[in-house]
Parts: sequence; C-alpha cells; structure tokens
Amino acid sequence: MTDADTASLTERTRAIVPGGLVAAVHFLKDTAAFVLGEAALLLAAPNREQRRVAIHDGGILAAACDGQRLVTGGDDGKVMATDAGADSTIVAVDPKRRWIDQVAIGSGAVAWSAGRQVFVKTAKSEERTTDVPSSAGGLAFAPKGFRLAIAHYNGATLWFPNAAAAPERLEWKGSHLAVTFSPDGKFLVTAMQEPMLHGWRLADAKHMRMAGYAAKVRSLDWTADGDWLATGGSNQLILWPFAGKDGPLGKMPRMLAPAQGLAVEVACHPRQPVVAVGFADGLVLLVRLDDGAEIVARRPGAAPVSALAWNATGSLLAFGTEDGEAGIVDLG
Amino acid sequence: MTDKIPVTVLTGYLGAGKTTLLNRILSEPHGKKYAVIVNEFGEIGIDNELIVGADEEVFEMNNGCICCTVRGDLIRIIDGLMRRKGKFDAIIVETTGLADPAPVAQTFFVDEAVGRRTRLDAVVAVADAKWLKDRLKDAPEAKNQIAFADVILVNKTDLVTPEELREIEMRVRAINPYARLHRTQRCSVPLGDVLARNAFDLERILDLEPAFLGSDGGAHHPDHGRDGAHAHHHDGMAHYHDEEIQSVSLRTEEPLDPDKFFPWVQDLVAKDGPSILRCKGILAFQGDPQRFVFQGIHMILDGDHQRPWREDEKRESRIVFIGRNLPEENIRRGFAACQV
Repeated sequence: MTDADTASLTERTRAIVPGGLVAAVHFLKDTAAFVLGEAALLLAAPNREQRRVAIHDGGILAAACDGQRLVTGGDDGKVMATDAGADSTIVAVDPKRRWIDQVAIGSGAVAWSAGRQVFVKTAKSEERTTDVPSSAGGLAFAPKGFRLAIAHYNGATLWFPNAAAAPERLEWKGSHLAVTFSPDGKFLVTAMQEPMLHGWRLADAKHMRMAGYAAKVRSLDWTADGDWLATGGSNQLILWPFAGKDGPLGKMPRMLAPAQGLAVEVACHPRQPVVAVGFADGLVLLVRLDDGAEIVARRPGAAPVSALAWNATGSLLAFGTEDGEAGIVDLG
Repeated sequence: MTDKIPVTVLTGYLGAGKTTLLNRILSEPHGKKYAVIVNEFGEIGIDNELIVGADEEVFEMNNGCICCTVRGDLIRIIDGLMRRKGKFDAIIVETTGLADPAPVAQTFFVDEAVGRRTRLDAVVAVADAKWLKDRLKDAPEAKNQIAFADVILVNKTDLVTPEELREIEMRVRAINPYARLHRTQRCSVPLGDVLARNAFDLERILDLEPAFLGSDGGAHHPDHGRDGAHAHHHDGMAHYHDEEIQSVSLRTEEPLDPDKFFPWVQDLVAKDGPSILRCKGILAFQGDPQRFVFQGIHMILDGDHQRPWREDEKRESRIVFIGRNLPEENIRRGFAACQV
C-alpha cells in the first residue's frame, strides 16, 4: 500500500454534512445511516440522495443495526426502528419516559434497557422484561439461540427471554459496559469502566482478563473469520486471539498501526482480514492483518472519530466525528 | 479547557433546602440553560426539558484504591447529555440527602470522557440552621457534606436566634474552615455565589485564601456572609473542635524539595486517603520560579504549575487537609521533612 493508495481513497470519499455530532453510523443495505446526537438520522443512499429522518424528540442515546433495521433509543423514552426506505416505526415507549440507555437487535428481536430494567420484543411482538442488579451498561444477542447478554456492575447476565428459568449470572467485580459474544458463541467479552476487557468462556465460566489499555475501551468488533477481537483504547489497534478453544488465555494480543492518537473506533471488514480504525485525532486507517500494512482512509481532523461502519459487502466505509464531519469511502 | 461544561454538585441533608435552591437556579432570569440531574422526579416545579433522573449507582474502581468510587449512572448520563451539547450551558447534579459527595466529585477526575468534556465547578452544601447541630451529632453523611463543600449555605436562618446562628457557623467552620459560607433564608443567595465558582480550578485556588489561611483550623476566620455581618468570632466565644472531622493546616516559608514532597504526599494519600476528604495547597519549591497548586479528593491528587511567583509575594507554602481522625502529628512531621 502506498501514498498513491491513500490519495485515491481520500479522493473516493463522498463528504457528508450531518450538521452535528455523529453518535453512530450503520448501513441499511447500501444506505449509510448516520445517527446524530440529537433527534434525527441522516440517510445517505447509494444514488447520492440524502434524507434527514426525525425519529426522536431529544438526544439519541443508543443504536444497533442488523442491516435491515436500525434500532435507536432516545432520551424521549422511545425505541424506534428505521429501514433503508426511511420508514420509521415505534418499537416501544417507556411508560415512565425514562432514558433508553442501550439497544440491541438479533434473532428478529429487539432489546432495550432503561436503568436496571431490560426489555425484549420478540419477532412475534411479544414483550418480555427482566431486572438486573444495576443499570445495564451494554446489551448483545447471542449469535445462535434466543439469548441476551446484559453487562452491568459486578458482572453480566445471560437471559433466555423465552425461558422461565432464572437468568444466569456471570460475576466479575467492577462496572461492565459494552458487551459482545464471539461469533461462535463460545465467549462473552465486556469492556469495563477500567481500561481493560473481561471475558468468560461460556462452557465453564473461566475468566479472561485483557488489560494494558491506555483508556476505557469504547469499541469492539470481531474479524470476519471470528479469529480476532479488534479493539480501540490504545495508541494502536489491539487484536486478541480467539481462534483456539482457550481464546486469549495466556496469549499476547497483536498490536498493529501504532499512531499518535488514541484508537477510539474499530470496524472489521465483513469479508477480508482488514480492520478500519478511527483515532481521537480524526485519522481513519485501514489496517491489513496479514502484513500490518496501513492505508489512510481519512486524514486527521479537528475532532475524534465517533462512528465507523462497513456495508455488508465491504465496498463502502462510513465514518463520522464528534464535531459533525462525516463521509463515505467507496472502495468498490 | 474553556469549552468544558461546568458542573455544580448540590448536597445537603434531607429537608435542608436543596430543592428550593434548585428551583431558584432554574427560575431566576439569568439567561442560562441548565441540564439538571436529580434523584426525585416531580419535586422540581419548573418546566425544564433537560431534567434527568439518576440512580446514585456508586461503583468501586478495580484500581487497587479502596476509596476510589465513581457514580456509574453519572458517567452514563453525562455521556448522554453531551449528545445534546449546545443545548445547555451548565449541569447541576443534585444528590440525595444521605449521599457521600466524594464519588460524584471523583467521577470528574477518574472517567476520562467525563473529564474531557465537563469540569467540576464546585460542591455546594445546603445546611439547615435549625437542625444541622443535631444532624452533625447523629448523621455522619451531614458532616461529610459540610467537610466536602466549597460553598455552604446556612439556610433557614430566620428559624434561629443570632446566638444559635453564630454557634452553628462555628461548628461548620470547625469542620471546614475554607468553604465560602453564606447565610440564607429560603436559599436566597445571588446565584453567582453558588454557580461558576471555579472552586476546583487549580488556577483559582488563590480565591480561597481568605478562608483557607490560618494555622489552627478553628473558628477564627472571617466568614463571607453576604449580609455584611462578618462574624469575627470574639474572644470568649467557645472554640469548637469537631471530635471526628478536623482540618490540618500547614505552612512554611522554607522552600520545599519536590523530590521529597511528592513521594510524601502520594504516600500519605495512598495510606490515609480513606480518611482525607479534601486537600488543597499552594507550594513554593526550591529553585522553581512558579507557584505549584494542587488539590485532592481521598486518594486522587491533581496539581500543576499555576503562574510565576510575584516579586512582592511571600514565597510561602500552604496546605490544608480536611478529614476524619487525621494523623495530625504524622502529617506535620512529614511535611516538615519536605523542607529543603
């Protein structure tokens, strides 16, 4: 990869003007959905049409997407679902108008939380709820089976919303935030309030501590083959090995793309061993895992990268920043 | 730095008047918009779209520091509020009457994202002039709140006699000699005395000196009552000492050796952090043309060079510790050993 590659990539970037902080970005088919900090989504379709869709009456606190539906939670107490055609529907309204702190989508169902209460709306539109010991820090559906992981203070809870059995509790001291299942469903990993990750091997609840970060880890993503967990939280891309049955137990992470700024957002290419990394200084790098080669997808700017996503085929990479800059890089 | 959103923390025992103060802040015509984090919805009579209910979730940090706690809910709420940056000028956090102010304050130093976008402006305690004396006896929380505060409103002064008021002020001073103290009725205080105090700003530590100075940590400081009745507590008045919470005030004109001072103070807060509620200091290091200022909460210390010493200024180092059963002799000996 060369400077010429970089020049061609930055030239192939379609600038988007979202008009405010970009809290997240997801792809609905090939339409990039920029989730703004307040009130609206900006849908940027492949035909270069842009539509602003007002969905919340206030701040947008959480977003999750399965490629067909983008689910958002707002400080207006609403859970909304929006598709690529800008059709928005109300999934739920919190009866007490509490903030919707977290959302997740999977198995045709939608999950959300307000404080300590966690809800699931099943594919059949049946609503279920459970309480956790403290406010949910993150939600994630398991890749197989209808199961939800809820991160909270002092551990995580595994809940089968369709089962009568009490949810299973995984204990580990401290405040657990973002949560993710490995693609094979064998491991659960949380990002903590402290600059570290915690993991459990679900077969035997064996603990895995993944430490050494410079800052709180805000972004986690699995490579396409599921062999690596890519994370921010350091001045480089950190990759934990999950290929073996012991996951990263007793192993060192790979460290690629050392940089000036802190890596804050990561997004793994959906097909190839390539990770997009967004830094606190606004830089976006594409990092090839085979040889560690890097290409600049966006040059540093005034504010941290706050959103990063690939479309399903990996031909488009969308990014957004805290100061409201955004773009779509066309790699096709 | 300047675009960080200031945060004011309101503490005070049940019924002292926190909600009254909050309602004043929200209803007076000051042209500012506040995001308010409250514990009880519905008590606020003012329509404000940026009112958020909190859960007071106090989380211990896994960093080997036993008193290092943060408010997990506050981290989440501030992160959410910052999505709407530009819609408000400042944040006010109301705590419950039984809350310890330390986890709230520590949140601004421990969480990087919170600290990057907001700054703790001041901890304001509202105290009930009629009942504070009793609460100081039976409620450790009430005492903590007084000890921790940067600004104290002795409220409901119309319910006590001038003598009772003077006595309660001396009890407050015995616990916390350096907070700004205001006498109020129905929390009537110019809002500039409560908000935008910059009490946690190292640049502004000087501002605290009139009440901060003094060697005995006792009741001999002029308070800063807005009513003009500067209560110089006259000879013959009882000199209160709180049995539990004291302040230890140190000063020296001898220059300090930074290679001795920093290890000492770090070791001190590592060992005695749980009992040290607050500390503040202005330091003159040998051969250093700049004033060094610092402050701390329990085990967390924050310090920096402030500005060059002026020609006409006495190069003096001063520190105050406020805490519970402080090992005063140890602290004095340790500090003395830091002199060059």
